[in-house]
Amino acid sequence: MSAATPHVAVEPAETPLTPESWGKLGMWIFLAGDAVGFGTLLAAYGGLRATSADWPNPYSVLGINLTAAMTFLLICSSVTMVKALEWLGRGDRDRARMFLYFTALGGAIFVSCQAYEWSHLIHEGLHINGNPWGAALFGTSFFLVTGFHGLHVTGGVIYLLAIIGVVGRRPDPAASYNAVEITGLYWHFVDLVWIMVFTFMYLL
Amino acid sequence: MAETAHKHPSYMAIFWYLAILTVIELAVIYLPLPKFTIGVLLCALALGKAALVAMYFMHLRFETRTLGWVAITPLAIATLLVFVLLPDGFAVLKTTEDAKKPAAAAPAKH
Repeated sequence: MSAATPHVAVEPAETPLTPESWGKLGMWIFLAGDAVGFGTLLAAYGGLRATSADWPNPYSVLGINLTAAMTFLLICSSVTMVKALEWLGRGDRDRARMFLYFTALGGAIFVSCQAYEWSHLIHEGLHINGNPWGAALFGTSFFLVTGFHGLHVTGGVIYLLAIIGVVGRRPDPAASYNAVEITGLYWHFVDLVWIMVFTFMYLL
Repeated sequence: MAETAHKHPSYMAIFWYLAILTVIELAVIYLPLPKFTIGVLLCALALGKAALVAMYFMHLRFETRTLGWVAITPLAIATLLVFVLLPDGFAVLKTTEDAKKPAAAAPAKH
């Protein structure tokens, strides 16, 4: 037997499951795990709310005008993200970086709006352990879920700024295409989660 | 190159779909409909928006089926979790309601 035979048996070079990019598969698996985290939080929120007798009406307490604008902003930042990838695919590194900056800026404004919203609500009496409108768990779940999402956006902005550096350091646009596409997966996921959070925590 | 292998969808079209669905969501909560119907409509709209983001922005539509299975698993787990929580939740609700009842019913019995 040759020495190479066991390797071929253990690790075949290509199977129908072999992804185009291992990094992309890695990010998808990470996002699936993260989605279970968010799914658990939202399911628990639903369970708590369905069985509470005095759950406040979210959209009259929280106010949805600012949040609707924040939702729109996050959707816009997803568009600038795909535009960045599109320009990188066409070989225009500068335009790609510009759109990545726009995306990071969108995320930064989103987090700033959230900080403003939190301070406003805390001022009105919404605390993590109680509020003037009803069930104490309303505040607990609100701060936990929106805070967890806000941390993801903050992480995403840092991730984007790091990737802008990567694109800048690699002269060949094709060399950073995969890295930017993977960053995009994370960013769109954060947008997708917000779509769910906005619906379940603000509108329902 | 990967980007030339599959054609890009029209991202602006997806953006407008998402924007319009968001406006519909905001309108739905003021409709004179039963709360349950509004809830079902909002869930459907949210899932539609999430699907648009995953399929087109995250390119899931153009990926292998394996990634699709990876992506759908968390949704299945979260949905199952809701059913796992329900019996406990209703038990809590019943206990709360039962605790209220005797106080109101007691005077009538005697």
